[in-house]
Amino acid sequence: MSESQPLLATVKVAKSYGPVAALREVDFSVRRGEVHALLGANGAGKSTLVKILAGVHPADAGDLHVDGRPMRIHAPVDAIAVGIATVFQDPALIPDLTVRQNLRLSEIEESAFTHWLSWFDLEDLDTDSLVRELPLETLRMVDLARALARDPQVLLLDEITAALTADQAERVFSLLGQWREQGRAAVLITHRLAEVRRICDRATILRDGRNVALFEPNSDTAAANGSATGTMQDVDEHELVEAMLGAEVSDSAAIEAPGSHPQRQQESPSSVQEVSFAAQGLSSGEVVRDISFELRRGEILGLVALEGQGQERLFSLLSGDRRPSSGDILVGGSQRRWTAPYDAVGDGVVLIPGDRLLTLLPNLPVRQNLVVPLFSRIRQWLRIPTDERQRVMNAIDRLSIDTRAASQVRRLSGGNQQKVAIGRWLVAGFRTLLCFDPTRGIDVQTKREIYALLRELAASGAAILLYTSELAEIQLVCDRVLIMHDGRIVDEQDAAHATESSLLTAAHGLEVLA
Amino acid sequence: MSQTPLPAQPGAPTGLAARAAEHISEHPTLALTGILAVLVLVTGFIEPNYLSVSGARNTLLQAAPLGILAGAQTILMLTGGIDLSVTMVATGSAYVAANQSPEGALIAIFLGIVVGLAVGSANGVGVAIFRVNPLIMTLAMSGILLGLFTAWAQTILQGSTQMGPFIKLIGGGSFLGNRIPYSVVVWVLIAGGLIWLLRRTGWGRLLYAIGDNEVAVRLAGVRVWQVRITAYIVAGVLGSISGILLGGRTGAVDLQLANAFLLPSVAAAVIGGTSIFGGVGGYTGTILGALILSVLNSMLTFLNVGQAIQQVVYGTIVLALAWGYAGLTRRA
Repeated sequence: MSESQPLLATVKVAKSYGPVAALREVDFSVRRGEVHALLGANGAGKSTLVKILAGVHPADAGDLHVDGRPMRIHAPVDAIAVGIATVFQDPALIPDLTVRQNLRLSEIEESAFTHWLSWFDLEDLDTDSLVRELPLETLRMVDLARALARDPQVLLLDEITAALTADQAERVFSLLGQWREQGRAAVLITHRLAEVRRICDRATILRDGRNVALFEPNSDTAAANGSATGTMQDVDEHELVEAMLGAEVSDSAAIEAPGSHPQRQQESPSSVQEVSFAAQGLSSGEVVRDISFELRRGEILGLVALEGQGQERLFSLLSGDRRPSSGDILVGGSQRRWTAPYDAVGDGVVLIPGDRLLTLLPNLPVRQNLVVPLFSRIRQWLRIPTDERQRVMNAIDRLSIDTRAASQVRRLSGGNQQKVAIGRWLVAGFRTLLCFDPTRGIDVQTKREIYALLRELAASGAAILLYTSELAEIQLVCDRVLIMHDGRIVDEQDAAHATESSLLTAAHGLEVLA
Repeated sequence: MSQTPLPAQPGAPTGLAARAAEHISEHPTLALTGILAVLVLVTGFIEPNYLSVSGARNTLLQAAPLGILAGAQTILMLTGGIDLSVTMVATGSAYVAANQSPEGALIAIFLGIVVGLAVGSANGVGVAIFRVNPLIMTLAMSGILLGLFTAWAQTILQGSTQMGPFIKLIGGGSFLGNRIPYSVVVWVLIAGGLIWLLRRTGWGRLLYAIGDNEVAVRLAGVRVWQVRITAYIVAGVLGSISGILLGGRTGAVDLQLANAFLLPSVAAAVIGGTSIFGGVGGYTGTILGALILSVLNSMLTFLNVGQAIQQVVYGTIVLALAWGYAGLTRRA
C-alpha cells in the first residue's frame, strides 16, 4: 500500500441537471487515514458530488479512481461494492417499514448493525419499531450504523451533525478518530466550521461547481500523530469563509434591479416609520430559539441563514401555519394568537412560501390562482367582487405575467409561476409580506422584476421580511439584514454595508471582524 | 425546462383518432351532446314509440333524481371527495317524508331535508375535521344509516310508508297536458343554482381550488374545513331532495328506494368530465351524463335487459371513462 495513492479520487468530474451545471471539472481526492472536509456555500455542488460518489447519480464526464484503479460507479450497489458507504442529508430509510425490515432490504447483517448501535449508546432501540415513529436524530444514527455495518473503507457524511445532540455528535467524532487510526477515510460535509477545525485533516472548498481551494496544513504529520483531533485546528475559519466566497464579488452588478438604489436612499431619512409587525422571544422547540425583531412600514428586512438553521420553521410561525412554543407575534403593536394562516391573513400578514408547490393550483388557470385569497371569509363566499376581473388584470400587468399558457399554471415557467404566487397577494392586498427565497431557481430577468416590485411595495407602505439564499440580494433590495444561526438571530447588519463575506461569516456563527 | 420525452406508445392513436381525442378534450360538452343524440336515435330505432313526448317525459322523470344525486357527487368530487352515503340519505329522507306525510307536505319535506342536513354535517365534520378518508367516512355512514332506518322502521318511524298527494305530484306528476314533469322543474332550478354556485361564487372557486391543492388554499388564508363541511351539507340536502322526488314518483317508500342509484350518480359525474381526483369538472357535464345514463337505461329496458346487467353496464362505463379521461389528461 502506498501512502501517496489516494483511496478515492475524482478527476474532472462534471454533472449538469438540465441547463444547470452543478459540477464542472471537480478534482477531489481522499487519502487513507484522513477526515476530509468538503465545504462550500449553498448550491456549490457538495451534495451533488456526494451523490456521484455514492452512485445515486451518474457523472456526465470525468473519472473515478478507487485505490488508484479507475472505477465505474453507475448505481449505489457499485459504490457499496468498492467500499463507499454514505449517510445522506435525509435518512435513506423507508418510513413505513420497521428498522429491521429496512436492514433486510439493504442486506445488512443485523449483528454488525447492533454492534454499531450499541457503540452509539442506542442498544435499547427496538428494531421492530416503525421508522416513521422514530425521531430524526435517532434515524440519522440508525442510518450511520447501517452504513458502518457494511464495513466500508470510505464514509461519506452529508451534514451528519445537523440533527444530532451534542453528545451524539461527540460519539461520531470519536468514531472518526478511530477511523483515522485504522487507515480508513471519511468525507465530512458540514456548515459548522468549528467541527472542521476540530476533527478534519484537510478541507476541499467547492464554489460554483469547481474545487477552488485545498487546505492541507502540515500533512506530513497527519497520519503519524494518530490523535483523535485533526490537523485543521490551526486554520483560521475566516480564511475558509473567504475561500468559499471567492475573490470576485459575485455577479451582483448583473442582477441589479433598475432604479432600486436611488429609491432606497430617498426612503432612509423617513425611517422613523411605525412598527407594523414584530416578534418577541419567539421559540419553537429546539429549532427556533428566542427570536425577536421589529419590522417597520416601508422596510425590507433581510434574513440570511445557512441551510437548516430554523428559517423554514420561523416562517411557518410568522405566517400562522404553526404555533410557537413560546413568545409573541405583534401586529400593529397588539399581541396576536394565531391558530391558522386564516388568522394571519386576516391581520394582513401573508406568506409567499419557498416551495411553489405549496402555493399554486397547478391544474387551474392563472385567474383562478390569483383570486383564491379574495374568498377566505365566509361572508365573501356567495359573491364575486365586481372588480375581480379588473384586479386580476392589474396584477397580471404589474407582474407582466406571460399568459400564453395561462390555462394551467403548471405549464408556466418557474419565473412566471413565482409571479403568480406573488400576484395573489397583489390581488387580495396585504400589510406585511413574508417572502421565503422568492428568487430561487429563477432567471435573471425575472429576479430583477421581483426586486423592483418588492421595493415598490415597500415604498407604498408594506413591511417585507425577505429570506434569501442569494447573499448578493441583501445589498440590492434590503434595508437591514438579520443573520440566523442555529435557531437564533446572531447578528444584525446594515444592508448597505453587508458584504457577502460579512454575511457568510456571521451565518457560520462567527464574529464579524471589522 | 425539458420534459422527459414521451415514449412512442405502441398502437398510439394517430390521425383521425388522435384528432378526435383532442377535439373531445377541448369540447367535452359538444362530444357528450353528440353521444346523447346518438343514444336517443338508437333507442328510437329499437323502440319507435320512444321518440315521443311521453318517451322524453319518462326519460326526464328518471333523469331528474339521478341528476340531483350526481350534483351532490360533482360538488364533492371537485374537492377530491365523494359521498357514498348519498343514496342512503335519499332513502332515509324519503322514508321520513312518507312517515310524516299525514302531518302535511310542508312538514314532511322539511323533516326529510333535515335528514340530509344532519348526515351531511356529520360527514363533513368527519372528513374535514377528523380527517377521515371520504370513501371510508361516507361508506361507514351509509352502513350506519341503513342500520338505523331498519331499526326505526319498526319503532319511531312505524306508520305511513305512502307519500302524501303533493309529494306524489311533485315527484311523478306533469303539467302542460302531461308533458312536463314537475320534478324536472325542480331539477332545472337546482341545476341553475349549482351552476351559479360553481361558476359565479367564491365558494365555487374554492371547491375547485381545494381539489387542486388544499395546502395552497390553506396558506391563502382560507379555512379549508369550512368549505369542506358546507360542501358535504349541500350534498346531503341534494340527496334529500332527490330522495323525496324519487319517493314521490314511486308513491310508496321502502329501504331499497335509492339503492340502485349509487353507481350511476358517480358515473354521471364522471361521464360529464368531473375528475374523481378533484379540481376539474362542472355541473353542465354532469347533467348530460345523467341524461345519457337515463337514455341508456331506457334502451336496456327496451332490450329486456335486467337490473343486474344494467349495473354491469354502469360499472363498465365508469371504468372505461376513468381510463379514457386519464389518457386524455396525460396527453394534454
